[in-house]
Amino acid sequence: MANSKGKVRWHIAVFLAPAVLVYTAVMIYPLFNTLRLSLFTEIDQARVWVGLDNFRTLFGNAIWSDQFWNALGNNAWFFLIHMLVQNPIGVALAAILSSPKLRFSAFYRSAIFIPTILSFVIVGFAWKLILSPIWGIAPGMLDAIGLKFLYQPWLGKEEYALTTLSLVSVWQYVGIPMMLIYAALLSIPDEILEAGECDGITSMSAFWKIKLPLILPSIGIISILTFVANFNAFDLIYAAQGALAGPDFSTDILGTFMYRTFFGFQLQLGDPHMGSAIASAMFGIILVGVCIYLFGIQRRLRSYQF
Amino acid sequence: MTKSPRTSGTTIAAHAVLITYTIIALFPVFVILINSFKTRKAIFRDPLALPNAESFSLIGYETVFKQGDFFLYFQNSMIVTVVSLTLILLFGSMAAFALAEYRFKGNTLMGLYLALGIMIPIRIGTVAILEMMVSTGLVNTLTALILVYTAQGLPLAVFILSEFMKGVSDDLKNAGRIDGLSEYKIFFRLVLPLVRPAMATVAVFNMIPIWNDLWFPLILAPAEEVKTLTLGSQVFIGQFVTDWNAVLSALSMAILPVMVLYVIFSKQLIRGITSGAVK
Repeated sequence: MANSKGKVRWHIAVFLAPAVLVYTAVMIYPLFNTLRLSLFTEIDQARVWVGLDNFRTLFGNAIWSDQFWNALGNNAWFFLIHMLVQNPIGVALAAILSSPKLRFSAFYRSAIFIPTILSFVIVGFAWKLILSPIWGIAPGMLDAIGLKFLYQPWLGKEEYALTTLSLVSVWQYVGIPMMLIYAALLSIPDEILEAGECDGITSMSAFWKIKLPLILPSIGIISILTFVANFNAFDLIYAAQGALAGPDFSTDILGTFMYRTFFGFQLQLGDPHMGSAIASAMFGIILVGVCIYLFGIQRRLRSYQF
Repeated sequence: MTKSPRTSGTTIAAHAVLITYTIIALFPVFVILINSFKTRKAIFRDPLALPNAESFSLIGYETVFKQGDFFLYFQNSMIVTVVSLTLILLFGSMAAFALAEYRFKGNTLMGLYLALGIMIPIRIGTVAILEMMVSTGLVNTLTALILVYTAQGLPLAVFILSEFMKGVSDDLKNAGRIDGLSEYKIFFRLVLPLVRPAMATVAVFNMIPIWNDLWFPLILAPAEEVKTLTLGSQVFIGQFVTDWNAVLSALSMAILPVMVLYVIFSKQLIRGITSGAVK
């Protein structure tokens, strides 16, 4: 270090100040302020301390708790589909792409990543139009392969809408696990694979026995990223189904539930304090997920440094 | 093909899978784009056909240009994205330099504090952010969005950039110090040019989420004159739901800028992701 001890090194403060100030003022302070606001309510246009009453309403009052558990359950299903569909497809595509001497792999990578760069608004409406029974692209295509009887207005049926939207989201985001796993696969040194080949482990079994264990840490990171993104998702549902997350709240997730509560809709007035209570619940859920990952999963996955 | 039949069989299968998935990935975009150039009748009669002389029509785009202020929305999105990225890179690299270069009390703690925001989404604090923006009069301004996106982007930027800055050689910096350069000059003249690739990675990572965000424009800046392209197209499409030409054209217009950005930056983006910047 250039400076002697005892002298105040102002430049450190100058370097840190802008980032710390903006980050604290716009992110950390509002975060805790939101947690604080969940302990208040508004009576006669004055803010009144009510302790945990908002949470008692949220979990105890059937009108609220039904909506909350519905949103949480839907959110869990949303996440489950991502884990079961998005990640395996991502891993499979990455495994194929990383095979040596594959031609056009840069083209495939760029093309498959395109949906990921589009906004939810575009993706939501595009799929809404494609799946629409009015336009008839989806039924027309199913008809062409003789499966027309399978067609349903998926986004309009309570039992299919959430799964359909989850799959749309999977379609959009498959690029991210694909890229991260692809990077992880490329970083496996050839010597390890060659050593495996000498022992007679090739192609498919090389993938299961050598590569997969080595990319587990990357799969862990992808899982937690997916978890955080899914539990504060909002845009896709809002763009495709609106704030009411129809049909009959069957696609309601925590993000849309919070938005409706906070801003109000139709006859219900917006309530920032109940909105804060839901945000606090979301914060808790995300925190639990991140902690499970950091302390439960990440430590058990061995990372290999090559 | 000089390869053994078995390998070429695997290769063909690999290409078949990849081509299938590429078609799945591009199909919706393709359908939207081709139909935006067709007459209403043709859109419904044969949605998968390319526009030809008979079915070609720009009526949708005419409606979009007449009814929506897409140039204004585009300009707003551009301002928000460019200014936020500049601030993220400037503030982020300064803080990253402080953390990577100097040993001081609370260094690790400060690093952890700034890293908190990587995992916790800023949306959780929306209620209080809106309240703050209302009380400071920033609601319905682009400044509000810029502040939020800067705060959102900083944690990951600091994290990635400080990893990179630890790799900058000490000899270079010490040589600068012997020559009498101030710490500021060492940072701006010697270190910043060397971490340019990492800065590009951070910029590309932040660019797309900022450009595509719907939540904060909807809540903090829904007024007509500050609408971003994402919110503007969402509202426009909501109003014109039954006018398929207009909806398809608006979607195509919203796709266009991101695609242009992607074509320009895709190498950087893919290199950034695959270089292990997000470990």
